[in-house]
Formats: sequence, C-alpha cells, structure tokens
Amino acid sequence: MDEYLLRTMMFVPGNNPGMIRDAGIYGSDAVMFDLEDSVAVDQKDAARFLVREALATLEYDVPLLVVRINDPRTAWGKADLEAIVPLGRAAIRLPKTETAEDVRYCAQIIEEIEKASGLAAGTTKMMAAVESAEGVLNAREIACASPRLMGIALGAEDYVTNLKTTRSPEGTELMFGRSMILHAARAAGIAAIDTVYSDVDNEEGLRAETELIHQLGFDGKSVINPRQISVIHEVFTPSEKEVQKALAVMDAIREANAKGSGVISLNGKMIDKPVVERAKRALRLAAAMGTYPEEELG
Amino acid sequence: MKIQKAASAGTMESSDIMITILPSQEEKIEIDLNSNVQKQFGRQICSVIKEELKQAGITAATVRAVDKGALDCTIRARMDAAIARACGEEN
Repeated sequence: MDEYLLRTMMFVPGNNPGMIRDAGIYGSDAVMFDLEDSVAVDQKDAARFLVREALATLEYDVPLLVVRINDPRTAWGKADLEAIVPLGRAAIRLPKTETAEDVRYCAQIIEEIEKASGLAAGTTKMMAAVESAEGVLNAREIACASPRLMGIALGAEDYVTNLKTTRSPEGTELMFGRSMILHAARAAGIAAIDTVYSDVDNEEGLRAETELIHQLGFDGKSVINPRQISVIHEVFTPSEKEVQKALAVMDAIREANAKGSGVISLNGKMIDKPVVERAKRALRLAAAMGTYPEEELG
Repeated sequence: MKIQKAASAGTMESSDIMITILPSQEEKIEIDLNSNVQKQFGRQICSVIKEELKQAGITAATVRAVDKGALDCTIRARMDAAIARACGEEN
C-alpha cells in the first residue's frame, strides 16, 4: 500500500497535554499518541480521556494519526478502543502482536464499535507492532491477518530483551527481525516501520541506523524526539541524480503514451514496471521534502 | 452521577490543569480556580468546568482547579477523569 508516506511516526505520551497540543507542528508523516507503555498504570483513564478530547477537538496538519492502545484483551485496551474508534480519526496500533489471532481479535472489537457508532465498516485502519521472537516468526501471518492492517512495525526494546540480548550500534541482533518484518510487509502489500532509535543525542548513530533500514527497504522509522525527524527525512530524500533519472523515466512514459506506444524506452533501454515504480516513489519522496513540485507528479 | 469521594486528575505541568473534585453537603456547585491567565480566561475555564459537571448530571460538588495554561479540550479531559474517579469509575 502506498497511500501514506511513513518516513517518520512520532511517539507522543498520551498523558502529556503540552506534547499532545504541539504534536502536529514538527513535520512528521504520522503522529502516534501512546496509551500503553509511556502511561503510568494509575493514569490510564486520564490519558485515554486526554487523547480522546484532543482527537475530537484539535486540528493536526499530519497525514496520519495513530493511537497505540493497551492490550485489547484487558479492560484498559477495550476502553481505549471504545474511546478512540468512534471518533473515526485515528488508526489503531496494536502492541506486542504475537499471532494473526491477536490482530483478528482486535479487528473484531473495532468492527463492533464501528457498527455501534454508525461508522462505515473498515473505517479504522490498524498497525501491528511486533515485539517478540514469537511475533517475528509469525510476521507473515500477522501482516495478512486483516484488511484493516496498513503497516507492521518492529518494537526493538522488548524484542531484544526477549532474545536475551541488547541493542548494539550495528543492529546485528535485529537483522533477522527486520528482514522478517520487511518481507512480511511487502508480501502483504503494507508498510514496514522500523523501531525507535533511543539515544536522542546521537545524531550520527540515528543517521547510520536510518541509512541501514532505508537500504533494507523500510518505509520509515518511529521517532521519540522531534529532533530526529529531519535526520530521517534527509536519509529518505532521493539525491539530485536519482530525481533527474526519475524525471527522465516519467518523460519517457509521457512520450510513449503520446505516441500510443506500449513499449517505453529511455536511452535505448526498455523501462519496465519496477523502474517506473521506483521513479514514482523517488519523486514522491522528493516532493515530500519540497525538492520537487508535487503537482508535477502526474 | 453522584460524587462518592474526593478525587483528582491532571498535573501541575505547563499546559495542564489539576482538577480536584470534592463531595458537597449542599446542593450547589462551587469552583475555586487558580490560574495565571485568570483575568483573560477565568470565566471561560469555569464555564468548561460547569458544562462537564452538567453533562455528568452532577449538581453538588466543590471543584478546585489549578490551571497552567490548559486548552479547553485538556480541561474537559481532566474533568472527565476526575469525575469518573470521584464517582468510583476509575480506569
């Protein structure tokens, strides 16, 4: 699915009114309000009310709003869904997804709430966060578990703990998990979102990790501090050379269409579908950074 | 709903509001507001607080509010949380 650019998804603690108010001003592609791990157990109700009221009231100039709920098999998680789904404004991020059944269980509750709220079935999109070995091994089934799923994300902190290791600067321990999640996402046609980079003061480390996940093929990365957004967007921005090549591909398509020719060629080489797809994506990413006018995307 | 016990919601951090709701013996609403924007927005803050109490059907309560520049949606959320807790419906 290519409906949204998801280079950055910024985590916002659900019980912090100041951060919730400002969440939309930093330019991330998505904002994720968290009702789960960043909220103390005795503040779950207060955070739920706060995020609900903010979503019902505030305007956010952000393409995608997401709410990370608590485990939907708990009273907290059910209450989260009942508070957020009727607004029809945010996707639901399911934490600690281990099986396809976890996704289907949550999707079923969402469906019932949509029906009771008079929302069209399927209005609410979902993302599944995989944070354990079990979840990684089931990534393919998880990614295909519901048509509501728009993305699958890696939550590395819990994952490395489960693996009995820790995170390293090179991310060696995450290679298998990242590859599984990426392949599961691509096979299902949904987005793949990488984990957070926790050391907010280490810009070089963030850049290196983003270059790695960009090269692997991820759509983007979760962000815990607004300062991280521009670094990630820079890494995802195509070079001038890539943009020029993409523009030449688009010109060749227009030329072939004008001639009524089914065969598209550029500099004597045939342009096939993957080349066109890459060119379109490069231009879309360039447009998102303002280095190419979006209206010319065609 | 009836206030069963004293309850609070919110924090003293910037952009938040700390709401404390107490049961009242008398059938009236009393609001004690402390805000650094009291002159400009005091009346508006009190009106949001009253509206939330009205919606919950509460006619007897004392509300103490310490405002740190909260938006209306934050005031409503903190009131909803405090009311739920005061009526024994927390979490």
